Amino acid sequence: MDDLKQKYLGQIADAADEAALEDIRLAAVGKKGEVALKMRELGKMTPEERQVAGPALNALKDEINSALAAKKAGLADAALDERLRAEWLDVTLPGRNRSAGTLHPVSQVTEELTAIFAEIGFSVAEGPRIDTDWYNFDALNIPGHHPARAEMDTFYMHRAEGDNRPPHVLRTHTSPVQIRTMEKEGAPLRIICPGGVYRADYDQTHTPMFHQVEGLAIDKDISMANLKWVLEEFFAAFFEIDGIKTRFRASHFPFTEPSAEVDIQCSWVDGQLRIGEGDGWLEVLGSGMVHPKVLQAGGIDPAEWQGFAFGMGIDRIAMLKYGVPDLRAFFDSDLRWLRHYGFAALDQPNLHGGLSR
Amino acid sequence: MKFTLSWLKSHLETTATLDDITETLTDLGLEVEGVEDRATRLAAFTLGYVKSAEKHPDADRLRVCQVETDEGTQQIICGAPNAREGITVVIAKPGVYVPGIDTTIGVGKIRGIESFGMMASERELELSDEHDGIIELPSGKVGDRFIDWLAENDPSKVDPVIEIAITPNRPDALGVRGIACDLAARGLGKLIDRDTDPVPGTYPCPVSVSIDDDTLEQCPVFYGRVIRGVKNGPSPAWLQDALRAIGLRPISFLVDVTNFFTYDRNRPLHVFDADKIAGNALRVHRAKGGETLMGLDEKAYTFDEGMTLISDANGVESIGGVMGGLPSGCTEETVNVFIEAAYFDPIRTAYTGRALKINSDARYRFERGIDPAWTPHGIEHATRMIMDHAGGEASEVVVAGAIPDTARAYKLDTDRVQSLVGMTIPADTQRETLTALGFTMEGDMAHVPSWRPDVQGEADLVEEVARIASLTKLEGRPLPRLTDGVPRPILSPKQRRETAARRACAALGYHECVTYSFIDQAAASLFGGGDDATMLENPISSDMSHMRPALLPGLLQAAARNQARGFADVMLFEVGPAFVGGEPGEQQNMVTGLMVGRTGPKDVHGTSRAADVYDVKADAEAVLAAMGAPAKVQILRGADDSWHPGRHGKICLGPKKVLGIFGEVHPKILKALDVKGPAMAFTLWPDEIPMPRKSGATRPALTLSDLQAVERDFAFVVDADVDALTLVNAAQGADKALITDVRVFDEFIGGSLGEGKKSLAITVRLQPTEATLKDKDIEAVAAKVVEKVTKATGGTLRG
Repeated sequence: MDDLKQKYLGQIADAADEAALEDIRLAAVGKKGEVALKMRELGKMTPEERQVAGPALNALKDEINSALAAKKAGLADAALDERLRAEWLDVTLPGRNRSAGTLHPVSQVTEELTAIFAEIGFSVAEGPRIDTDWYNFDALNIPGHHPARAEMDTFYMHRAEGDNRPPHVLRTHTSPVQIRTMEKEGAPLRIICPGGVYRADYDQTHTPMFHQVEGLAIDKDISMANLKWVLEEFFAAFFEIDGIKTRFRASHFPFTEPSAEVDIQCSWVDGQLRIGEGDGWLEVLGSGMVHPKVLQAGGIDPAEWQGFAFGMGIDRIAMLKYGVPDLRAFFDSDLRWLRHYGFAALDQPNLHGGLSR
Repeated sequence: MKFTLSWLKSHLETTATLDDITETLTDLGLEVEGVEDRATRLAAFTLGYVKSAEKHPDADRLRVCQVETDEGTQQIICGAPNAREGITVVIAKPGVYVPGIDTTIGVGKIRGIESFGMMASERELELSDEHDGIIELPSGKVGDRFIDWLAENDPSKVDPVIEIAITPNRPDALGVRGIACDLAARGLGKLIDRDTDPVPGTYPCPVSVSIDDDTLEQCPVFYGRVIRGVKNGPSPAWLQDALRAIGLRPISFLVDVTNFFTYDRNRPLHVFDADKIAGNALRVHRAKGGETLMGLDEKAYTFDEGMTLISDANGVESIGGVMGGLPSGCTEETVNVFIEAAYFDPIRTAYTGRALKINSDARYRFERGIDPAWTPHGIEHATRMIMDHAGGEASEVVVAGAIPDTARAYKLDTDRVQSLVGMTIPADTQRETLTALGFTMEGDMAHVPSWRPDVQGEADLVEEVARIASLTKLEGRPLPRLTDGVPRPILSPKQRRETAARRACAALGYHECVTYSFIDQAAASLFGGGDDATMLENPISSDMSHMRPALLPGLLQAAARNQARGFADVMLFEVGPAFVGGEPGEQQNMVTGLMVGRTGPKDVHGTSRAADVYDVKADAEAVLAAMGAPAKVQILRGADDSWHPGRHGKICLGPKKVLGIFGEVHPKILKALDVKGPAMAFTLWPDEIPMPRKSGATRPALTLSDLQAVERDFAFVVDADVDALTLVNAAQGADKALITDVRVFDEFIGGSLGEGKKSLAITVRLQPTEATLKDKDIEAVAAKVVEKVTKATGGTLRG
């Protein structure tokens, strides 16, 4: 029996492939195999002999079967290894293309500032881009002869002959939205008005269309000190720089009184602008307490209510925050520019996670 | 507005430094745009004393000087003819930059002898054009800074020039006196009294003045007088220096006097040569239209009806408030001068100046508003200055009209001021501020000074108090929240949709563009626009003449620009308004995506292919889904002709409710806009999507079946123009409970099927809910599917 064991275990070990292994299996433990033949011989044995030979044969059969299974697994592993060795790929080839698009900086920054102002209770108001000269000028205390009208480089819409109304304008600021929202919602009120505005000016730093966000807060006891706090908080949150310094300077706008222009702290290092450091100042914003005549135009009683308003360029603060050098490129749709300065779809700004990556 | 520090100091007694003054001006609302401080450029030059000067052994013209300096005696070689022993000179030591020759001085050898610096001429220091010799000073101590010597002995040479921006409400700050007044009110010094006594006339004015009755509104008052026997010529040095420093060219004394008062007091004047006034009478009147005049700028002007003109017997001599005329202007030869001091209406002046395109100092001031009450003082000050320098004899003053009454008063509510500003400013301080600015306080009422036409109400008083108190000093105060607790969402559903659309488009691979709202008429007309209603009256170029009727033309033009830059595969989108008319509100929000070229760059995997209609259809549906549009829509045809007639679809909720259009852009449009096509696009109208009936965030319960689902495939042969959606809907309708999904997985056109036929293969998924499906159940549904499809499409099951 030891001979059989030696013989078949040896053959199994030497088997080169599955077919050889199957031959060995048939010869050893198949129905007509040597072990089976030996099993048949058990009947001829004495019970005592059988007591010894039976279990031994069973053990031999088990041993050969497990040797076969182990060898089979071994051969399969070797075959797999062999196959995998041949299945080599150049993994330095590029993956399948998945194109990712971008959001425009104007959209991204609009969402950023919306997130900030939402936190202190400002909602977003919108209005028409073509508006009457009343909403764009008169309601904002800019009468027909006011030099500000000429200085604003207004685009006018064509008037059909016989239509004697004053021509409509492309809004020169988003202030008409303030008036319309005051009319509709009354006081108290907290809104920001982001959106496209138009001025007939085109040079290195001006485009005939750009974007503005204006803010308006009306309540019983709102003061310029509140305005200053709101803007300081805004700049710290937007530029993500704690303690960024701002400077309020007296100025003049027809629609606010008192009025202030606001500068933020900056420095120029090697020709590059850095926000929030140094002792230079950069003008970014106009603001003030809403002129009583403007409140009246919006249907709000200035004896009862007061409030502040401010306005700044969205494109401009986008340029400052993200270091975009040229305003004109914002509207040129150059793919290279869009890819470089654009934002990923999943980069949705919020305050808990941070506005920018 | 430019002025020099010493000019300011002639009105303001102050010890404040230049920095203090400029910072304060900016804080007061008179924003400093620049300071040209000539002194800083000369700060390194010091005084020296020439102890000896001997001829250079190798050069006749050069002298070897031993010069005493603050660093001991230095040897300096000098070529100036006046370099000699015993004079006090200005030294540039090695390392000092000399502006007039744009050179930094070094130690050098001149003809073999060492020289340790330079002695400077006036031209080398850019003080004048003088270069005949080095500067010789009549006084001064060795080692003193030259600029300190100049400040002491010749201050106008180092006078800093300050330039400030003037907001339109502050005409008073267009005169140095007004600026001084602001600084004094802030406490930065004391106003110096500069009043002058009237000069009595010794004879009647030989020139008479009248204002037409219908012109009194645009020129309410006109003062004039003649000074005879003056000697015109160059102005005194101080006046020339002052004018030059602020960028004005001295012309002749008489003209310089008018410029001086324009800047000193915001009081434009005009001087006529009295001998050239024909008929010895000036008449102020409205232009009839068509009159002409050669202006002082030597350009010819023709006038529109209603402009304010000043004429003599010969015709027009001056444009009121804007510019004088050349024929009657003063020259070096003028001996009898007629001075005009008048008040011209701001609005009329602005209109005239704009129409004539004249930007003069006079127009700039009259259109903002000068002090009408100072008109008589103006003429007296000018008379005094002219006679002090040019002599002559003054006539009596002639007056036409009357000074307009500007008297008005507003209530100062000191509590309200503090409430608006958010700063504690004691009531007394507020009153003192207004008084210092020239207001007269009478109880609570503040009477406005005649030079502040901008103050038109109580709010203006608040502004005056606030800016003098300083907004820089204002401390921020938290704005209380409207409601306690966690902030609530503030975006409207429509606003959230736009954000969702943007982010969905970007996720799908499109790049967001912001293109101009105005496009050229030709492009606009291709998309149903370009009419007069959407036309700009004053476009900046013909490329930007009409409001866009759609976003697609702007995106196509952007694609063309990118193609020209060598980018063939372009995916762009824009979200924004397009304009259907020229009235407010005639705009609609759109989302447009554009795909030109291939789905991606050529790649090793061969996945890149030409973009087609089904790409943009999938994208349009994905973006609609992101915006919350219902999944169940109809796809109809028949959109406008900017689309390929056979390759587009309208995504509709019913025939009138169009949520969007996708398809191939019409080739004619691509040709017109120079885009290499084909181009695929979609446009969606977010505002058309119905608002969801919101009933909380809870979703309907999910029922899941444990029973095995079964899929069965069918292929039908139908006419080629049968819509797949018709077939799918028919199959779906075969058993609405059992069939959960029907998908088209193959389309085969023509071939063995014959002309005008196609085969559509679908997979139908059956999901039992009660019991596992048996073969006969499946057979029954399959038969129903075939029956329904056959009935709906006229097709047959493919054998």
